Amino acid sequence: MTLHDKIIRYFYMTTFAFLTLTGFGQMPIFKRYRIADIPGLGWLAEFYVTHAMHYIFASLLIGLCSYLLAENLLNARQELKITITGYAKAVMILGLIITGGLMIFKNLSGTPYSPLWSLCLIFLIYRYVWFFLFSA
Amino acid sequence: MIHTITRRAFLKGTVSTACSIAATSSVVKAAEALKNGEPIATLIDITKCVGCEECVHACKNANTDKYPKPEKPFPQMYPSGVKTEDWSDKTDIIERLTPYNWLYIQSAAVDMDGEEIELNIPRRCMHCTNPPCVKLCPWGSAIQLDNGISRIDSDTCLGGAKCQTVCPWLIPQRQTGVGLYLDILPSFAGNGVMYKCDRCYNKIAQGEIPACIEACPENVQTIGSRDQILKQAHELAASMNGYIYGEKENGGTNTFYVSPVPFEKLNEVIEKGKGKPHLAKVANSMETGDKLAMAMLFAPIAGVVGAVARFYSMSKKDNQ
Ligand code: HEM
Ligand code: SF4
Ligand code: SF4
Ligand code: SF4
Repeated sequence: MTLHDKIIRYFYMTTFAFLTLTGFGQMPIFKRYRIADIPGLGWLAEFYVTHAMHYIFASLLIGLCSYLLAENLLNARQELKITITGYAKAVMILGLIITGGLMIFKNLSGTPYSPLWSLCLIFLIYRYVWFFLFSA
Repeated sequence: MIHTITRRAFLKGTVSTACSIAATSSVVKAAEALKNGEPIATLIDITKCVGCEECVHACKNANTDKYPKPEKPFPQMYPSGVKTEDWSDKTDIIERLTPYNWLYIQSAAVDMDGEEIELNIPRRCMHCTNPPCVKLCPWGSAIQLDNGISRIDSDTCLGGAKCQTVCPWLIPQRQTGVGLYLDILPSFAGNGVMYKCDRCYNKIAQGEIPACIEACPENVQTIGSRDQILKQAHELAASMNGYIYGEKENGGTNTFYVSPVPFEKLNEVIEKGKGKPHLAKVANSMETGDKLAMAMLFAPIAGVVGAVARFYSMSKKDNQ
């Protein structure tokens, strides 16, 4: 593994960890389970803080994925081995980004409520299922 | 001497135009707007309110069927420090918002032109145009209707109270021991159901006006299409050299209070606290999210630019 790949890997894991953490922060659980009482973790119960952080880490994830995608395309002729799970992972991440993007659109001031809403519920289910699959 | 400003007292004063809007015509206009399903808003002329609380009782009568009917004893909560909230023995409290009282009258004794006057302010959900309670509910239980009404679906709400925390006025109120959470993991997730003014959405759907508006003997509230009501609020404010609350607050709401006294002053003297919302300035809660979302559009560009930059520096190295 080159230094570049190591940095990418570290960056990806950190981004993902914070996305997951702040994603859970969208639910009212950190206060109830007193995790926010642990010194230094009080921000986990601040919905507007975790909300902004979730957006920021989502941006980082999108930036990183675009970087990796562009890099793969540019280096297309060099040997590349993407495993089946690699592809599956890529599709799952794309799914997260698309559903997340739609939820962000829904949150924008001026987005009327209606039809997106029932879809959002499905996104949520997707997210929760995703979690249980990949946290295992 | 403490006066209560009534509509009649005001008619005698310099601001008689303030009351030129006849009740009947406003009801007709309202009915049209309500039927069309277009965004609706209410104007609350606090100079007219005498604090009789007719609206409060009308709200209670009209919405009794929607009130919680909790099962007792409540499930044991884990971790054990999690507090339950029980209002079912205090259903007649009307001096604050509770799950059984979605509207109450705040009073403010203020000095106007050297005279002490008492103003009464009916308080309930503002029905924000981009309501954080709705947008940030993780279960999709808080919903916004096409006509701008926000309401909480008591069949799916789990009572985590996030809507209350993110509401700038902390409006929604919780009752433990009711709702969907009882059927899932009652000890570990959820804590009841959240309740607040739903602008009598069911009455409105039938072309009727909300109970509190109908019951008010002083015609304090006017309901109608948002554009119309906002225009009316500005005319009324101009006629009394007054102020509007709710037009800009939290990025805009569907409730416009009009007062002859600045709201900062009212905010200083009203009683505030749990179930007793303030009248302070409120920035748009969703604005940071809006801005970050816009910034997010640059993330893919940045990623691609980074990859291209690296590609060129690598190929330069290869060529050397
Ligand atoms: C590893 C990736 C991710 C994980 C684990 C994750 C997890 C979560 C979780 C658990 C929630 C809470 C459910 C909810 O309240 O709706 C959530 C909400 C949300 N996520 Fe993610 N998420 C991820 C990626 C993304 C991405 C890439 C985006 C955007 C492109 C995104 C945007 C959002 C939005 C907008 C919400 C809703 C916030 C709200 O309206 O309350 N997420 N996420
Ligand atoms: S006032 Fe609070 S409860 Fe009412 S719509 Fe706005 S955020 Fe929601
Ligand atoms: S609009 Fe309906 S629910 Fe809201 S305060 Fe008035 S009577 Fe109560
Ligand atoms: S019924 Fe009208 S006058 Fe009486 S308290 Fe309510 S808003 Fe004020």
